[in-house]
Amino acid sequence: MKRVGEVQSSNYLLAKFQNLVDWVVNSSRANSLWPMPFGTACCAIEFMATAASRYDFARFGMERQAFSPRQADVLICAGRLPLKLAPVIRRIYDQMPQPKWVISMGACASTGGVFDNYAMVQGIDTIVPVDVYVPGCPPRPEGLLYGILLLHKKIKGESLFDAVRRRDEQPLDEKGLRLPPETIDEISEPFGNSVHQFRSS
Amino acid sequence: MTSLPPIPGALRTVVARDGDTIVYVAREHLLDAMTWLKTTPGQDFNYLVDVTAVEYRDRERPLEVVYFLRSLERRADIRIKVELNPADELVVDSVYHLWHGADWLEREVFDMFGITFRGHPDLRRILMWETYAEGYPLRKSFPLRGRFSRAEQVRQALNANPEAHYSMEELSIAEAGGDLPDDMRERLRRGERGVIPEPPAPTP
Repeated sequence: MKRVGEVQSSNYLLAKFQNLVDWVVNSSRANSLWPMPFGTACCAIEFMATAASRYDFARFGMERQAFSPRQADVLICAGRLPLKLAPVIRRIYDQMPQPKWVISMGACASTGGVFDNYAMVQGIDTIVPVDVYVPGCPPRPEGLLYGILLLHKKIKGESLFDAVRRRDEQPLDEKGLRLPPETIDEISEPFGNSVHQFRSS
Repeated sequence: MTSLPPIPGALRTVVARDGDTIVYVAREHLLDAMTWLKTTPGQDFNYLVDVTAVEYRDRERPLEVVYFLRSLERRADIRIKVELNPADELVVDSVYHLWHGADWLEREVFDMFGITFRGHPDLRRILMWETYAEGYPLRKSFPLRGRFSRAEQVRQALNANPEAHYSMEELSIAEAGGDLPDDMRERLRRGERGVIPEPPAPTP
């Protein structure tokens, strides 16, 4: 039975050693995730509730909230992101040291939510790569905790010895975009009730 | 009901409805009427509550710039409206020199409706970034999702320089503290506001 993230090699002892190293490194990373809260809206209230004593994500090693991107591991975008803030969150993401992860908390951060208008980014994945999307409007603290635990699972599946699973820096391209323009247009398409509103209305 | 300002030709219509007094003032006499309302004893409208604008769905109706005035001593309110024909130039006189609180209020109306306030000391966008090129979002002719494609919007947003959008006041405060980086001090000296970068030529 192969565990998630387990290295397979013809050399049994080498594979065992690499798995041990991965286990140590990934456990350390997953169990001391320092969050960089990027709270812009009501999701930030639920984020604060998650950090407070009743739900207390310090139980999962997130004791210290890093209000500096230089000392953070996971960027939690809690709330809607206006286009005016897009270069700000991108710079914060760029300033975070590797390895780094991003949680998109709530409907607005993940898709633009009800704000399908001229001012709002339609999903922060057009700006920064996102690891975990937490649905909800806003998500309850249990939802955010579940997202954090999913991120733990993802981190524990990474391997230092596997180039495919290693996370590389993803700089912007020469146009200054993270994704091709047609991809951005596609994932920014209206959906749900928004399809009944026309661009001209 | 306030007495009428003794400025010939200034007054268009007076509507008293639901306990509110709405006075329509001719555009060319706005500043005179506002000065009269602020300085005349018995009027004393010394507080400008809000400046906003209205564009109606009926195309034949003019745009309105609306001023909410309050007299703190007399506890009285009045609403002044100026009608602007959208076919003409959208210009009104700034009331900044009567109420300095009009500074950001008029900037917001300029940002959202494209109405120019003549005599405003620093009329530039306040909510949208200064290099925003899609138009004036609260006009009826403005499409809900903006004029550009989403990719172009994201490109312009990501290429914007956030530090170019600090106000001169904020930058002056930072400079007074002596902790302004050299490049920003240089930009401040030049009065740079940032530019929209052109997309690179498509590679064949």
